[in-house]
Formats: sequence, structure tokens, C-alpha cells
Amino acid sequence: MSGAVQHSEIIDRPPPPVRRWTRERVVGNALLAIWILFGLGLALFLLRAWDPELMAKYAPLYMSGVGVTLSLVGISVVIGAALSIPIAYARMSSNRVLNAISYAYVYFFRGTPLLAQAFLIYYGFGSFRPQLEAIGLWSFFREAWYCAVLAFSLNTAAYQAEILRGAIESVPRGQWDGAASLGLSKLQTMRKIVLPQALIVALRPYGNEIILMIKGSAIVAIITVYDLMGETRRAYSRTFDFQTYLWAALIYLSIVEALRNAIEWIERRITQHLKR
Amino acid sequence: MESSIWTLLSWGPEGWSRSIASGVLVTISLALATLPLGLFVGFLVALAKQSSEPTLRMAGNIYTTIFRGLPELLTLFLVFYGAQLGIQQIVRIVSPGTTVEINSFVAGMVALGVVFSSYASEVFLSAFRAIPLGQYEGGYSIGLSKRQTMRLVVLPQLIRIALPGLSNLWLALLKDTALVSVIGLSDILRQATIAARVTKESFLFFGVACLAYLVLAILSSFGIDAIERAVGKKEMQR
Repeated sequence: MSGAVQHSEIIDRPPPPVRRWTRERVVGNALLAIWILFGLGLALFLLRAWDPELMAKYAPLYMSGVGVTLSLVGISVVIGAALSIPIAYARMSSNRVLNAISYAYVYFFRGTPLLAQAFLIYYGFGSFRPQLEAIGLWSFFREAWYCAVLAFSLNTAAYQAEILRGAIESVPRGQWDGAASLGLSKLQTMRKIVLPQALIVALRPYGNEIILMIKGSAIVAIITVYDLMGETRRAYSRTFDFQTYLWAALIYLSIVEALRNAIEWIERRITQHLKR
Repeated sequence: MESSIWTLLSWGPEGWSRSIASGVLVTISLALATLPLGLFVGFLVALAKQSSEPTLRMAGNIYTTIFRGLPELLTLFLVFYGAQLGIQQIVRIVSPGTTVEINSFVAGMVALGVVFSSYASEVFLSAFRAIPLGQYEGGYSIGLSKRQTMRLVVLPQLIRIALPGLSNLWLALLKDTALVSVIGLSDILRQATIAARVTKESFLFFGVACLAYLVLAILSSFGIDAIERAVGKKEMQR
């Protein structure tokens, strides 16, 4: 039997390699076809539901919603970055008290939902209205916008502190020793030797954090801030038109994709010297 | 009429502990129901993304791009309202005039599962890449079929490598369940909101809600430690 097989192999030349319809290929094509149909269906639905009046009324509102979302994230990320430096310092210090406090801070803000934190600040601080009025802070905590900025800043500060700490600790100990042997001070070492190396490591996590903040910012709609999600909910509650949500989805997706590509581009640029 | 904090937090008819505890149960059961769904779909998507078939890879990548790019809250609304509309359309063909209500637990499970699976597929994918090709070749060379190689050789190593990433996703899932309070499921946050509205003690009850989530996170990390030890991750670290 095996002789016969060998014999026939010698006589017949092997057929040219054809791409056979394997099970994987069938499934892949089917799934891709489903996605394409889904995309076409979506486009068709939006086209059929196209309503110039609706557009004229809600497009500017959506744009202002995008502005609110981006400024909320932008402001919070900057404040959070500033707050994260002392927290990261405390996390890395050898002082037990500082260490415990910063650990508790980070654990609390990373272990509870952002929505619960926003509720705690916006609704919860309302319990202390008399006290807050006495020290003149009530006008701050009365506004949902300020509460959202505060909650997001505190939240992202905890995450950014961990990113910063991880990045600084990823720089090998020898870099510190080398700098010390050259007579650089601690601060100089940090600024000129450790941080430039650490920030390359931190870039991707920072980018992910910004993307997570953009996605997370949708929850401020629940505490009555009219960001993109808030405008969407308002438009839906007035029109009961499902396309309001689809437009919001398209806008969020394009913001996130644009950001992701921008971060990848920056990473390619600043790691050029590491590639061979 | 001023009732003390301890009466408000008691188990009795005056207190709110009972309703918060029922919220904790809802949160846990939603997270536990989502986990197997998310893991299973995530594994399938990861398989698609590491396949040699370009169309399959592309279909998988579209899935992750969409569901990692959308806010979780928006995904939840899309599933909740979208599925309601879609099913209504189909049902109307059969029997006009009926209205359909989607169960918010199921909607939450599907939305969170979809988000979880798109992140999980990335974790599985990088775990797949960490397994050398020789492991597959070794499996085939001793006469195992493709399926057997996957189950007996690759999967045990894959789980070990993917475990840290998956435990992070579990903690994120626990926090994301808070979103279902918005579509009316009585989880921790919704029960706390009701208690806060009735008693006017917002800070107390939202504080309690945050603590409940913290306790769940701490308990989870104990559980994850135990699993990691059982899987032998600890010994593997040289």
C-alpha cells in the first residue's frame, strides 16, 4: 500500500498549492460578511433616518457635548498629573505613614467605581451643606461640573501615580548609582537620567489612561453634566430616535481611534533611537 | 425624628442593611454571570485573531476595535434600547401591538460581557504569543490532534500566563457593574441611591456603597491569590 502511494507520488507532480476552502476560511469570510452587512445596515439606517431638521437642531448640541467631554478629560488629566507626583513620591518613600496613606488613597480610588465616587462627591457632599456654606465652598459643590472635575481628577491621580511609580521603578538601580558616582544630585538624576527613560515606558499606559478617561467620562451624564453622553440622552428622551445613540457611538469611536493612532505615532517617533 | 447612623445601618425594618446586602448579591451575581460569557467569547475572538486566515483575523480585530472604543455606558444603552427596538420590530411582524421589555439583568450581562470579552481577547492573544511554536510541534509530533494539542498542551500554559491580566479584568468588571444601576437593576449603587434619597443621608450611604465595592475587591484579590497558587504560578517564577 505504501509502495503504491510512493509510486504515484513519483509519477504525478504535486498539484499547485491552491487555497482550499478550509473551515477557518469559511468562518472568516462569513464573519467578515456579517460585519460588512452590519456596517451597510447601519449606514442604510442612518441614511433612511436622515432628518435635516433633527440634524440642524442637535448637531450643534452634540458638538458642544464633545467640547465638554474633551475639556473635562483635559482638565482632569492635567490636574491629576500634578496630583500624581506627590502621591507617587509618597508611594515610593520609605516613610511608613506616607506610604500607608498613599497606598490607601490609591486603593480606594482604584477599587471603587468612578460612578460611585462621582455620586459620593456630588450627592454625598450635599449632606454637609451647612458646613460647606459656612466655609464658602458650597458654590463649588453645588455645581455638577466642578464635582465631576474633582472626582475625575482624584480618580486619575491615583491611576497616574501608579503609572509614574511603575515607570520610575522600571529604570534599573544602576542608573542611579552611575549618576551618583558622577556627582549628580538626586533631583538632577531624576530630571536628566531617570525621567527621560521612565517616560518612554510610561507613554503607552498614559495614553491608555486618557482613552479610559474619555470612555469613563460618559458617566457624568448621570450627574447632569451635558457632555456628549448627556446631550445624547437628552436628544433621545425628546425624540425617541435610536439614531441619536448611533451618532454618539460613531463620535466616541472616532475620538478614541484618533487618540490611539496619535499615541502610536508619538511612540514610534520617540523610540526611534531604540530600534535597529 | 432624627434617627442615628446605627439605626439607619441596622438590619431591622428601620435600617437599610438588608436592601444594601441584596444589592451586593445582585452585583456579585451579575459579575459572576458575565465572567464565563466574557471568557468564552474572549477566547474565541483571540483564536480568530491569531489564526492564519486573514479574514478571520480582520473580523476579530473589528470586534475589539468597536467594543474597546465605545464607552461602557454607551454600549449598555445600545444593547438595552437597541435590542429592545430590534426585538420589537421582529415581534411586531408576528403579533402587532405587543411591547417588549428587555430584562435589565440580561442587557447588563450582554453589554458587560461584550466589553469584557474584547479586553480578554487581547490578554489571551498576548498569552498565545508567549507560547513557543515548539509546544504545538511537540504536541503534533507525539500524535496529538490539533484539538488535543490545544487542550492538553497549550491551554494549561495559556491560563497560567493569562491569569494576571484576567484578574485585572475581573476587578474592572466588578466596578463596571455599577453602570447597570442606570438601567434600573437594583445593584449596590442603586440601593444606596434609594437609601440616600429616602433618608437624606447621601454621604453615609454612598460611602457605604464605596466600602462595599472595596470589600468585594479585597475578597477578590484573596480569591485570585488562591487561584494563582493553585495553578502554580508562584513556583513558576524562577
